Amino acid sequence: MSATTKTAPLIEVRGLKKYFPIRRGVLQHHVGDVKAVDGVDFDIHREETLSLVGESGCGKTTAGRTLLRLLDPTGGSALFRPEPNERPIDLFELSNRAMRVQRRNLQIIFQDPFASLNPRLTIGNAIGEALDVHGVASGHERERQVAELLEHVGLRPTVANRYPHEFSGGQRQRIGIARALALRPKFIVCDEAVSALDVSIQAQVINILKDLQAEFGLSYLFIAHDLSVVKYISDRIAVMYLGRIVEIGDTKEIFESPAHPYTKALLSSVPVPDPTAKRERIFLKGDVPSPANPPKGCHFHTRCPVAEARCRETYPSQVAVSTTHTAACHLLT
Amino acid sequence: MASEQTTAAGHGSASGEKRVLLDVQGLQTYFFSDEGTARAVDGVSYQILEGETLGVVGESGCGKSVTSLSIMRLIPDPPGKIVGGHIKFEGQDLVKLSEEKMRRIRGDDIAMIFQEPMMALNPVYTVGNQIMETVMLHRGIDKHAARAHAIDMLEKVGIPSPELRVDAYPHEMSGGMKQRVMIAMAMSCDPKLLIADEPTTALDVTIQAQILDLIRKLQDETGMSVLLITHDLGVVAETAHHVAVMYAGKVVEYARVEELFGRPRHPYTIGLFRSLPDLAPPGQRLSTIPGIVPAATRFPEGCRFRTRCTIATDLCASVEPPLLPLDSDGGHTVACHHLEEAEKL
Repeated sequence: MSATTKTAPLIEVRGLKKYFPIRRGVLQHHVGDVKAVDGVDFDIHREETLSLVGESGCGKTTAGRTLLRLLDPTGGSALFRPEPNERPIDLFELSNRAMRVQRRNLQIIFQDPFASLNPRLTIGNAIGEALDVHGVASGHERERQVAELLEHVGLRPTVANRYPHEFSGGQRQRIGIARALALRPKFIVCDEAVSALDVSIQAQVINILKDLQAEFGLSYLFIAHDLSVVKYISDRIAVMYLGRIVEIGDTKEIFESPAHPYTKALLSSVPVPDPTAKRERIFLKGDVPSPANPPKGCHFHTRCPVAEARCRETYPSQVAVSTTHTAACHLLT
Repeated sequence: MASEQTTAAGHGSASGEKRVLLDVQGLQTYFFSDEGTARAVDGVSYQILEGETLGVVGESGCGKSVTSLSIMRLIPDPPGKIVGGHIKFEGQDLVKLSEEKMRRIRGDDIAMIFQEPMMALNPVYTVGNQIMETVMLHRGIDKHAARAHAIDMLEKVGIPSPELRVDAYPHEMSGGMKQRVMIAMAMSCDPKLLIADEPTTALDVTIQAQILDLIRKLQDETGMSVLLITHDLGVVAETAHHVAVMYAGKVVEYARVEELFGRPRHPYTIGLFRSLPDLAPPGQRLSTIPGIVPAATRFPEGCRFRTRCTIATDLCASVEPPLLPLDSDGGHTVACHHLEEAEKL
């Protein structure tokens, strides 16, 4: 499904901010903020995959975690519509208790599944734990559901009695997916979920994610730095730079006609597995500035090959490139 | 289990008249433990020509890094040991060299850069001191000249204001800068061979592009050879002249980069390319290689890929396929019993 879907989006994020305070001295004076995410807007539709891409420190992971309230938001709103025709819930306004109830709808898969699996719990219990906590199933029914979940991710139900260390990276990631799936969520944040996997295993896990999306009508926020994976898996893409979205649009448009100079440079930097391909590479100067002290004006102007005087003064607003594609660059106006 | 493999590339045949700088033949590096013997590298053969880049690709645990550590003779013993094969560098066998002679080659004729620069850089010394240490040791020049050389090297690798940065500590630099410093250190003695083990894996893609470009430029300037170890087929396509594909401690295919990407012949190489999301049409399922890489303590008998190969037969289970040249030119070698069937995959 694309952004043109008539029904209201599953998730509407507006002005999402997450600052980390910088404290100094014995009295821990608040001397500034690392503006990890500094006002981002995006929608995620039902059965859609939106990818957040960008380089280290751009805020993509923080954005995903703040959306699920694994980090306390500094500002903004996150409207969630579990049912299309019901009133939306602002996740950022919910009490901790009410948020806990919503968590069954909102799950996350991490890059390193081993770090998120308790080494002393069998796989069956790691997956079954969620069913216990939310009082979904117990006894034989719990066992049956765990077996079904394992089959969904391509593992034999008999592995339920084994421990995390007995599995390879790809298998652990399948377990992580099974666990996220246990409560039949509507939305899953995939935080670099396939980044640590070898190519042949990565393909297996991507296929599982795609299959489950079709089968259970899942929506994904897919956070990744590997653009070839993103191109394959996403319906839409948001490109982040220093805490803000600089461009967002349908996957095809982003890859075929990127509008923001940063997106252009980023795409041109991806190595292509074709030794005969001839490409113009845009080399960016220097490194990403610190999010504690982002440059004045457009955050990208210090590395931008086409920056003008106005770029150093004011932050550009999002400009429509097409009905399904916007970018924040002065040169588009 | 005997792992005699034939020559990977015919000496200077398909690849013109370039001299072979490094010739690895039948290299076996095992790790011994109570749980059994891990045959991490088990009969690896490849060659690196002068001024060329050899890309070694393969997934975690295929032995690509252990091979390069074997070349540097940096395998921790115990538990590891080079148990077979030879590593001829400019005619002398590094496997047989005394530790003292090896120390003279390491950092001088052969230098190495790693994925994580912080592992190679000492946090309590300035970056200048670390470069100076290398050149003073190998070149026997005095401190003053070494410092001037360090500044030169930092400039060469694109560090802004090198005369100031020479006194900086590693933690004061970004990831990309640290990787540049490590390259400056590695290049400081003008090596004939640079071993780069996943040099850009930890870097962002725009910084990766800068670093790969830098390595290419330095290669053009100095004529050094590069052994590039990576899991990223895109990086190989853009950087390497020849490619060796490794699986379970062996080279399964070796060819010029255009040849390998244009017409991969081994079922594993074919599977690897097919699983790349770059080449898949959106909406279609990715093709995968079923199963997982076997553990180094439990490699299957016969062809090691057969447990995941869709065209494997009884022959594959009993006889290990040797790495043989495809045609008379000898430039493309493959270890598979069923090349014709593989073509139909």
